[in-house]
Amino acid sequence: MAAHLKKRVYEEFSKVVQIPHEEAPAKKLRLSKPSKSAALHIDLCKATNSTDALQYLLQFARKPVEAESVEGVVRILLEHYYKETDNSVRLKIASLLGLLSKTQGFSPDCIVDDAINTLNNEKSHQVLAQLLDTLLVIGTQLPESPAVRQRLIEMACKHLSDTYFGVRNKCLQLLGCLGTVDTPLTKDNEGLGVRDVQSVISDYFGDQDPRVRTAAIKAMLQLHERGMKIYQIIYDQACRLLSDDYEQVRSAAVQMVWVLSQLYPESIVPIPSSNEEIRLVDDSFGKISHMVSDGSWMVRVQAAKTLGSMLQVSPHFLEQTLDKKLMSDLRRKRTAHERAKELYASGEFSSGRKWADDAPKEKVDTNAVNLIASGACGAFVHGLEDEMYEVRIAAVEALCLLARSSPSFAEKCLDFLVDMFNDEIEEVRLQSIHVLREISTHITLREDQLDTVLAVLEDSSRDIREALHELLCYTNVSTKECIQLALLELLKNLNKYPTDRNSVWKCLKFLGSRHPTLVLPLVPELLSTHPYFDTPEPDMDDPAYIAVLVLVFNAAKSCPTLPALFSDHTFRHYAYLRDSLSHLVPPLRLPGRKQLYGLDSVDSGCGSGSVESARLFLQQSLNRVSTIQNLEAPGAQDLLDFTIRDLQRLGELQTELAGAADFCATYLRCQLLLMKALQEKLWNMAVPLCLKQNAMATAAARQILEETYKLEFLYSGLESRQVATIHHVRLQAKALQLVLTARTRRGLEPLISSSEKFLQEVESFQRLFLTELPHLQDSFVEKVLELMPRLSSCKPVELVKILQTTLRQSGLLQLKLPEQIHRATATIIEPTGESDNPLRFTTGLVVALDIDATLEHVQDPQNTVKVQVLYPDGQSHVIQPKPGDFRKPGPDRHRLITQVYLSHTAWTEPCQIEVRLLLAYSSSSSSSSKPGWSDSTDSLPPPEAAIEGTIPFSKPVKVYIMPKPARR
Amino acid sequence: MPEIKVTPLGAGQDVGRSCILVSIGGKNIMLDCGMHMGFNDDVDDELEIKAYYAGHVLGAAMVHIKVGSESVVYTGDYNMTPDRHLGAAWIDKCRPDILISESTYATTIRDSKRCRERDFLKKVHETVERGGKVLIPVFALGRAQELCILLETFWERMNLKAPIYFSTGLTEKANHYYKLFITWTNQKIRKTFVQRNMFEFKHIKAFDRSYADNPGPMVVFATPGMLHAGQSLQIFKKWAGNDKNMVIMPGYCVQGTIGHKILNGQRKLEMEGRATLDVKLQVEYMSFSAHADAKGIMQLIRMAEPRNMLLVHGEAVKMEFLKGKIEQEFSINCYMPANGETETVSTNPSVPVDISLNLLKREMALGGPLPDPKKPRTMHGTLIMKENSLRLVSPEQALKELGLNEHQLRFTCRVQLQDPHSDPDTLHRIYTHLKSVLKGYTIQHLPDGTVMVESIVIKVSSSAEDTNTKVLLLSWSYQDEDLGSFLSTLLKKGLPSGLC
Repeated sequence: MAAHLKKRVYEEFSKVVQIPHEEAPAKKLRLSKPSKSAALHIDLCKATNSTDALQYLLQFARKPVEAESVEGVVRILLEHYYKETDNSVRLKIASLLGLLSKTQGFSPDCIVDDAINTLNNEKSHQVLAQLLDTLLVIGTQLPESPAVRQRLIEMACKHLSDTYFGVRNKCLQLLGCLGTVDTPLTKDNEGLGVRDVQSVISDYFGDQDPRVRTAAIKAMLQLHERGMKIYQIIYDQACRLLSDDYEQVRSAAVQMVWVLSQLYPESIVPIPSSNEEIRLVDDSFGKISHMVSDGSWMVRVQAAKTLGSMLQVSPHFLEQTLDKKLMSDLRRKRTAHERAKELYASGEFSSGRKWADDAPKEKVDTNAVNLIASGACGAFVHGLEDEMYEVRIAAVEALCLLARSSPSFAEKCLDFLVDMFNDEIEEVRLQSIHVLREISTHITLREDQLDTVLAVLEDSSRDIREALHELLCYTNVSTKECIQLALLELLKNLNKYPTDRNSVWKCLKFLGSRHPTLVLPLVPELLSTHPYFDTPEPDMDDPAYIAVLVLVFNAAKSCPTLPALFSDHTFRHYAYLRDSLSHLVPPLRLPGRKQLYGLDSVDSGCGSGSVESARLFLQQSLNRVSTIQNLEAPGAQDLLDFTIRDLQRLGELQTELAGAADFCATYLRCQLLLMKALQEKLWNMAVPLCLKQNAMATAAARQILEETYKLEFLYSGLESRQVATIHHVRLQAKALQLVLTARTRRGLEPLISSSEKFLQEVESFQRLFLTELPHLQDSFVEKVLELMPRLSSCKPVELVKILQTTLRQSGLLQLKLPEQIHRATATIIEPTGESDNPLRFTTGLVVALDIDATLEHVQDPQNTVKVQVLYPDGQSHVIQPKPGDFRKPGPDRHRLITQVYLSHTAWTEPCQIEVRLLLAYSSSSSSSSKPGWSDSTDSLPPPEAAIEGTIPFSKPVKVYIMPKPARR
Repeated sequence: MPEIKVTPLGAGQDVGRSCILVSIGGKNIMLDCGMHMGFNDDVDDELEIKAYYAGHVLGAAMVHIKVGSESVVYTGDYNMTPDRHLGAAWIDKCRPDILISESTYATTIRDSKRCRERDFLKKVHETVERGGKVLIPVFALGRAQELCILLETFWERMNLKAPIYFSTGLTEKANHYYKLFITWTNQKIRKTFVQRNMFEFKHIKAFDRSYADNPGPMVVFATPGMLHAGQSLQIFKKWAGNDKNMVIMPGYCVQGTIGHKILNGQRKLEMEGRATLDVKLQVEYMSFSAHADAKGIMQLIRMAEPRNMLLVHGEAVKMEFLKGKIEQEFSINCYMPANGETETVSTNPSVPVDISLNLLKREMALGGPLPDPKKPRTMHGTLIMKENSLRLVSPEQALKELGLNEHQLRFTCRVQLQDPHSDPDTLHRIYTHLKSVLKGYTIQHLPDGTVMVESIVIKVSSSAEDTNTKVLLLSWSYQDEDLGSFLSTLLKKGLPSGLC
């Protein structure tokens, strides 16, 4: 057996070797060819049989062609096309023609005629289909030429009657992509007159081949997408296709019906088998609802999704989607509905919830009751209990959309959504919780509903619980019992899952501030106060007690009578919590304690007004700084120092402006560093005498560079103006580096290369920020650009001198603040770094460390956020979390819940490692057009490699670990 | 006319018994009659059988039986709402001649499944939290597994600790098969299978008789499902006295069983040996039965589009109601035969005929390759029936094959017409008239004084006595009979005066 296997292996191997041998000469030839077309020509002429020719064509297709030589290549290909007898080769040529006409910079109008000519003589259906595809490509490349378009459409119409489905498909596709409504189309065969694209396409709705029917609907949808108005007559035909035998047709038909329902929502359509009429949007809603119980799940998903976007539907139709027992024929008027409702109430059908309630009653007027009512009845009930979770999710999402626009529907679908909290798939449960949150503005939960919702708090999945907390933050409840119930369940949750602490507290904060009047009667009970007796003081560190206090304090904020019920220790606890958990406990006006909390009550007045004044202050500080004309002006340094300090404090006080204040402070710090580095003393001294200052200036330059990267990548909401300013500072820092290099290093070689590099950067700056240059007046870069011709021709030493003076003369560039600016921040919630128990594991094996962090204002965290682990020996690992570990609980907010694997060789003592999050960035400073494909052998590396780096943006957390040696 | 005969032997208008005899295309088929162990049931070549997923229990199937072009679908028990462990029944648009469907729940439209599940879980959870015991009498297959999965996942999700037991015996064996045939279960179980087999229960353990006396909360699944004997009854007797406990009946109970009695609210039960049993525990009913409800049956009909419908396995009164609904909604015939009654349905089977390629090609050349739904075409050919095969060939070929000579058959007729014009003029007027009436036909005015419409020749001659009376001579071949007779009636009406 083994010998046999071995032989097999060798056989395989020898096969693999053979192919490159055959390929080798072809490659060689291609390299030595002067022109693409000639090479191809020779190749094709050489081909003795069709297999060879196909091989050549395949190889040829792998390499793109320059725009100039496309036409030549096409001619050669066509020449071979006519000679060729083998279908597959012609097919390949046809597909190549299409590929070639897509070449950028090539206008295919010169080959239209040839392409059409080939079509006329072609016998093979497959090749014909491919040629039509090519025409389609050509047509889409030439959108501005009606003549070409007209000809192509004529060709398509001519081949519409082909017997091969592929050809008809392509023709329809072509009509869909190119056809226009206003220009009348071909004359019909019988000469019955002029017809337009839509009626031609709609003829094929009844084609015998389902693929063609699908293509016809898709073509019609394509027309719609191109902005053409579809006629209403299509509606009937599309509706008929809803009961097609093939799922792809039905799926497309659902889309078609939807499109028409959006185009003609208010037109009236008759109901077959009765003389009544309804709105078209209602009719189509009923029909699409019907498709939610289709046999194919693809169609069901499509239908459920579509329902969500039909917002114009009448409310009584909408509500029937939630009631499958309402057996009325949807199409009858209101009275009929009511009658049907009574019928149901009288118990015609059993619900299966009670024993023996399905005993047959007297027979009712069956005409009024219609079981499967070709209508919306119970569409969502079906969708929500579908077998496939894709359908269920689509249904939940559709419910959300419809409920958001209709409060009464929201009220009705509540029970169904709550039911979905019990789905077997977590994704569906999560989605339905989110949906309920989104529509929670419309609804008030009753006690029994709240009860069901709260039952989910015991779920073992953290995502579910947190989503539910989020939901409770936004929920309105009606009675004080509800509040009590919610509090009880939340405390239970806290007890069962202590890690939920923060989330539960936050939830109670909102619950309290939303329902102050409902909390009020509960306070004595909650704080367990007694009119006569002093009750024992609860433990201040008990998370459950804190939870109760958070609820009470937040309710007290808008309910001034509430603090009267507090006992003494409550006030003390308030003071403590206000300090330790200031984000959860609001400032309160407490009677008799004004002197103590005076500061707080002033703070509590902070509303929009204070934000305004803070913004004003920020602007003023910036204006003040802008008065500094020259970096060397006296007192400038002090002013900068103070402003930076002010801004930092402002950022701490006003969270709304923290991003902007930090941004400005960092920018100004860069300027300050630059200023210090350019101190006069340094530059007037001889080189050997100022080594120390030199070292300081070098460090400053490096620091400025780092800060500029932070400025550029840590803040979101920057406009190109700010980016230009940041790049400008970076350029200054680089100039400084260059000058310093010139002073310290001996030898010209490194200087020449670095000055060249600098000049390149100036150029790329100019290229990148061409539009911003007018704003950079009087700046360093402007001066440099003025001197550019001189700079690029002069010697490096001279260049350094010029730069030195320019640097010192250039003024401070004023920073203009953008509207919204946010700093990316990350907080590691877990591990907390408080544990004294080391994490023990065997060396050489790994231990998983759970990390839970919130990220704010981070764009694309999946690619940028990394976890860094620093071991005490200086080793550091950077770990990229899986994309699935990021969740998005809200706008501009992300949650990272991941595991990092730690491992190390043995230690004798437990020791702390540091874990922190990094923000990775990469920018290619020269956005050079990549040299892409070409036969050019000189592949220069891009002038400057992309700058990549990481910025730590969270506080490091220490984790105590202990790798033990393995026991033998 | 070919027929399909259906005779229910046990299932007609009756619940609980089965067996149906179907004669189709000369074959007799027994449905739902149980397997004869050790016998090989012959299936011959002409019989095609296709099984569809039925979702009632694991491995339940609906069968599509086809003989030639006649077909019958027998559903057996099926379920149109997916549950925690099985998917929903599904069938394609097979358009059978008869769809034989069970109709256990002909008058029920159930609430959403989730609602019931939530109620169930809530009740169990509350009882367990209270420290009570929950008894769930089930039959070994189907519901037992569904509820096991339901409770298992709930326990998992909610981190509950109270023990769940299921009684040993059949259930255990059944679970074994569920573990094996994971591919037949629902989406969720199939997907989680990669991590673990959902039927490898974590929280559910085998029951031992002694556990019933253990203190503390527990949930027990015990057989049989109607509390009429066995373990479930024993446990029930032990627990009935405590009002903290609960019994949940998840399905149907036949009259006379204890299950039926307690569901009807009886609180004192007579046991054997004159002893009475006070029922203090809570009794809940929850329909977890995996049969299609009325809406489900209608949905299946819509999916399969049968030509006739036949209801079995249900109570006559309820079936009557559903029958009315079906006939009204789908306008198809619906039958509900009693046991021993034979229902005969005549079918209209399509007969396959071989058509000769030449004929087809000729036809295509005449009227374009694609069929046009707006313009049906007739085709002329000769049908040859020979040795059990049917062939459609062109007349010429048929003549050749049969060695016959072709005979032309022409009809001629005269039509008198009052027209004052000269003969050629009249002819021209007829020509223009026909041209305006018969659009889409080839009409020629030949120089030899005739008008040809397709193959029909029209000549005009004046009558001998009156020059104003023209005699039209029409002649058409047998093949153009329709057109010819149309023309003759048309011309008899005379020519409209407005013609030039």
